[in-house]
Amino acid sequence: MSEPIVSSKLYLGIWITLLCLTVITAGVSFIDLGPLNTVVALVIATFKALLVVLFFMHVKYASEKLSKMVVVAAVFWLLLLLTLSMADYLTRLWS
Amino acid sequence: MSHSPSAVEQHNPALRHHFADMEQQRQASSLGMWVFLATEVMFFGGMFCAYLIYRYWYFNEFAAGSRSLDIWLGTINTAVLICSSLTVALGVRAAQMGKRKLLVILLLLTIVFGLAFLGIKGVEWYTKFQEHHIPGSSFSADDLIREYPQIRIDPSHEQIFFSLYFAMTGLHALHMIIGVGIFTFLTYYAWKGRYTPEYHNPVEIGGLYWHFVDIIWIYLFPLLYLIDRKPLK
Repeated sequence: MSEPIVSSKLYLGIWITLLCLTVITAGVSFIDLGPLNTVVALVIATFKALLVVLFFMHVKYASEKLSKMVVVAAVFWLLLLLTLSMADYLTRLWS
Repeated sequence: MSHSPSAVEQHNPALRHHFADMEQQRQASSLGMWVFLATEVMFFGGMFCAYLIYRYWYFNEFAAGSRSLDIWLGTINTAVLICSSLTVALGVRAAQMGKRKLLVILLLLTIVFGLAFLGIKGVEWYTKFQEHHIPGSSFSADDLIREYPQIRIDPSHEQIFFSLYFAMTGLHALHMIIGVGIFTFLTYYAWKGRYTPEYHNPVEIGGLYWHFVDIIWIYLFPLLYLIDRKPLK
């Protein structure tokens, strides 16, 4: 079997980290950081998503390169959608 | 990867005839699920894109609408989903090790967490119903205009925030309901002892689905509840 069994201690560690980050992101939103509030919220959310994908969804341990390619492709297409759309809307007032 | 399946694998009733061995079958089902999840990213992506554009146009209304959501219930629900993801991860582990009873317990716990999430979400929606924040003919933003005189609010733009709020949390909740359904099947077959260390692909890909729905919420929580919580001047 190429499918590894991850220790339950690591799962519990990831779980506690995710819970702490949830409390932190909710708490930080009450502090006025200016435009950085949104940045901090998104960075924490992305870090949480990364922990779930890498450990809970086993992408870190997957031997098959194809699954990893699909994950990267999905994120790439999403960013393409968001970036090109916003490139339009954010520059409409320029002229 | 070995292309000469062992005698045990040849006779494993779970092995479909079009696969060379159990490992190939497992990798194929996992890859198929990842491709499906990639289409789901694009499905939700359209909504996130609409959200981004309207938030950029009508930030005031999005800020006021976000303030009217219950941050406590939102945070608790995030924690509930994270707990359910843990029980799923531990459940897949139990299936890998062939611990049938533990697997059933963990799958049941996941269903309980999933239903708890939906219950809390229902309470939040009901509150929004009472506050006339459901988009439509009876929509009213008067309470928000009264509560936040510092924010300039256009009620028709406020409706767009709540339309997106209900569409996004609604689509997410639909995925949760489907997830609970899938896990009910998984629990039944796990209890019947169908899943072994050699064959537990359904538990694995069901788990991938559940974690994906969790990730969507990990983004929905800050994007809907935490837009603008800092003290108003």
